Amino acid sequence: MNIQNEMHLKFLSKSSNESFARSAVAAFTLELDPTIAELADIKTAVSEAVTNAIVHGYRRESGMIYIDVRLTTERDVIIKIRDKGVGIEDVTQAMQPLYTTAKEEERAGLGFAVMQSFMDSVKVQSKPDKGTTVTLVKRIVALR
Amino acid sequence: MLNSEYKDDALKVYLSGEIDHNRAANIRTSIDARINALRPKTLELDFSKVTFMDSSGIGLIMGRYRSVGLVGGALKVTNVPPRIEKIIELSGISSLGVLG
Repeated sequence: MNIQNEMHLKFLSKSSNESFARSAVAAFTLELDPTIAELADIKTAVSEAVTNAIVHGYRRESGMIYIDVRLTTERDVIIKIRDKGVGIEDVTQAMQPLYTTAKEEERAGLGFAVMQSFMDSVKVQSKPDKGTTVTLVKRIVALR
Repeated sequence: MLNSEYKDDALKVYLSGEIDHNRAANIRTSIDARINALRPKTLELDFSKVTFMDSSGIGLIMGRYRSVGLVGGALKVTNVPPRIEKIIELSGISSLGVLG
């Protein structure tokens, strides 16, 4: 895997930053010349992961969210979204479609299902009280 | 800050821009205020001007399905643009019979 470009973001877990985060990541991928559909997929998946960090990771107190984006010469976009929040006890259960611990906020429980459907791979590492890292990968199809 | 029309027991709400977790709470409150004041027979959510939507929008649709149901009304989701079709399909809300 050869890294062609990379960037790092660090911002406060405020929901007003959701839009900033997904737009910044999408803008950074532009050098791979993604289609509108690929860009929309990336924006949606990033929005889900960042929202999870805000709604779940930092539900007790606010904190920083870290995003690392790497573009590879194989045209993969690798996005790591990390929080130092409460973590997830049971990752398998959390990834079940329709499972949510925030019903009162009208969370649909589809965050991970959307990430899995819109990206080529989704990896979740989490430890209670340490935080959660979600790694999203999408390959941008070569110039058509 | 939400455009809507009310006529013949039908409430139509025009959604626009980006629907994410940050905006969903305000949209929800303002639609529910109209539902409770007007008790419409149908609530139509028009998505034609929506430019982005994540699963917060799905929660918003499912929640309004319930809140209009509580006053005896039915939900209709209309003019879904191609850019948000994928998430609508994935959500399975078509099984509620609300897509028009």
